[in-house]
Amino acid sequence: MSTATLSPKTARHAEPVAPQKLKVTQARVIRSEWIKFWSLRSTVVTLAVAVALLVGIGLLAASMVGTGETGPGPDGPSFGPVDASLAGLTFAQLAFGTLGVLFMASEYSTGMIRSSLTAVPKRLPVLWGKIAVFTGVAFLLGLAAAAIAFTGGQAIIGDGGASWSDPGVARAVIGSAVILTGSGIIGLALGALLRSMPAAITTLFGVMFLLSGIAGLLLPSSWSDDVVQFLPSNAGNAFTAVTQSSGTLSPWAGLAVFAAYVVAVVAAGAWRLKRSDA
Amino acid sequence: MIEVHELTKRYGAKTAVDSLTFTVRPGIVTGFLGPNGAGKSTTMRMILGLDRPTSGTATINGRPYAEHTAPLKQAGALLDAKAVHTGRSAFHHLLAMAATIGVPRSRVDEVIDIVGLHEVARKRAGAFSLGMGQRLGIASALLADPEVLILDEPVNGLDPEGILWIRHLMQGLAAQGRTVFVSSHLMSEMALTAEHLVVVGRGKLIADVSVAEFIEQAASDTVLVRSPRAVELHDLLAGPGVTVISVERGAFEISGLSAAQVGDRAAAAGIALHELTVQRPSLEEAFMELTKDAVEYQTVGAAA
Repeated sequence: MSTATLSPKTARHAEPVAPQKLKVTQARVIRSEWIKFWSLRSTVVTLAVAVALLVGIGLLAASMVGTGETGPGPDGPSFGPVDASLAGLTFAQLAFGTLGVLFMASEYSTGMIRSSLTAVPKRLPVLWGKIAVFTGVAFLLGLAAAAIAFTGGQAIIGDGGASWSDPGVARAVIGSAVILTGSGIIGLALGALLRSMPAAITTLFGVMFLLSGIAGLLLPSSWSDDVVQFLPSNAGNAFTAVTQSSGTLSPWAGLAVFAAYVVAVVAAGAWRLKRSDA
Repeated sequence: MIEVHELTKRYGAKTAVDSLTFTVRPGIVTGFLGPNGAGKSTTMRMILGLDRPTSGTATINGRPYAEHTAPLKQAGALLDAKAVHTGRSAFHHLLAMAATIGVPRSRVDEVIDIVGLHEVARKRAGAFSLGMGQRLGIASALLADPEVLILDEPVNGLDPEGILWIRHLMQGLAAQGRTVFVSSHLMSEMALTAEHLVVVGRGKLIADVSVAEFIEQAASDTVLVRSPRAVELHDLLAGPGVTVISVERGAFEISGLSAAQVGDRAAAAGIALHELTVQRPSLEEAFMELTKDAVEYQTVGAAA
């Protein structure tokens, strides 16, 4: 780094370090968040669990396709080779979402947030830094894991398997990484909004995984389909689905709706971070 | 330099900080003194922009803390020893803090040595004792070699050696021309460390004085006099504005007269004195005298 000239002697005698060198920049805050992210054992463990779930469940489901069993789903035809190899997506989403919550909410549960905001009193760069680090790590790892699950899954399925050049396959694999990253960002922003790990995790799981089922049960069937397809989990699934079924959004509409949820929760988290006493 | 002007913080109906105005000057250690719950921590958090004032302003070196481009260079703070992620090592905590304004890794190693955490720097901060946590907090305050230091109850949890160490550290930093603002609820500690005092009670400013002035203001001297002819002496000294309290057989405590006046009157009347002592109130007594109306939680006995 350019400021490596601060020798022990100058520091002890308080000779001013060139003040234009010491300054908060977004790039430095990202670097700080990168250090924070990787210096916690819980981060590494959760990431490993997320990757293992995505790859492991995908390969397991693919092996069931290979032996002629198509899993418990009643809709056999839609549970194709691509879907089978990416069957771990929902579980990996739980893990990535939890990781996002941990990354932000643990600052509040431990008191670290006061150190973080003393270092960066403008506050919002901390949130942007966390989102940048999380997005980079989660997307790359999610993409690698999805690619491994897909490639490995198709190898297990063998003859009936899909190939990368099949329509919708690249979107499904890349989309999985997008959805995983987005779920984590929603978790992170919920952490900033609610400032509590239990509250943020409960809200995340409720919204992402239970809401769609509850809505299906409680809403009159005449318009439940219209509503359910706009829920975050359903919109996300629409983006990664290889084949479209009725009652779901088109892939790109699904992505747009999912992205809108991410943006909305991040905006709410940013507002709370900026406005409320730390 | 820290300047606080008409600073007020209300939580609903409760006023935690009530129109505080004071200035903390560079070059000396300024003690921020008050009973628990007097609003010291809230004031420090507002100075650092962690809490938003209901009204009023607080600036560090002429600007609100958040508006500085290199905040950690302007002010280093020890807010509480728990402002650390328990799962992260001391080293990585400091490294992450340093990274925000480009303080190099060599300085991180250096502050770890300054506070004496070298042995445990790679251990999880969650396993630290309170004293080690305080040292880590002080290390993060010193990271960017700041001009202003804001330390909230830094001696909490330190052993006698640690207390001595931080006292010398604070005085050394002030001698280098820095502004050192340190809170405490212990008058005796502040008397040894600070040169100037800002005293608060129930969020209000009680005193903004030098340590010496503070003691003068808070309580007046008394004179202890002992004589074999105590009864005669009592009548001789009694009068308007003079209080004579019998301490034990043949001894009085007199307020309202100087030792010289007592001695002269006794000599004029030919009364022998066996003892004539000026009694200065202890600092703790002076502090309690001054803040007795402002203590949040008072024992019934003390209130009488």
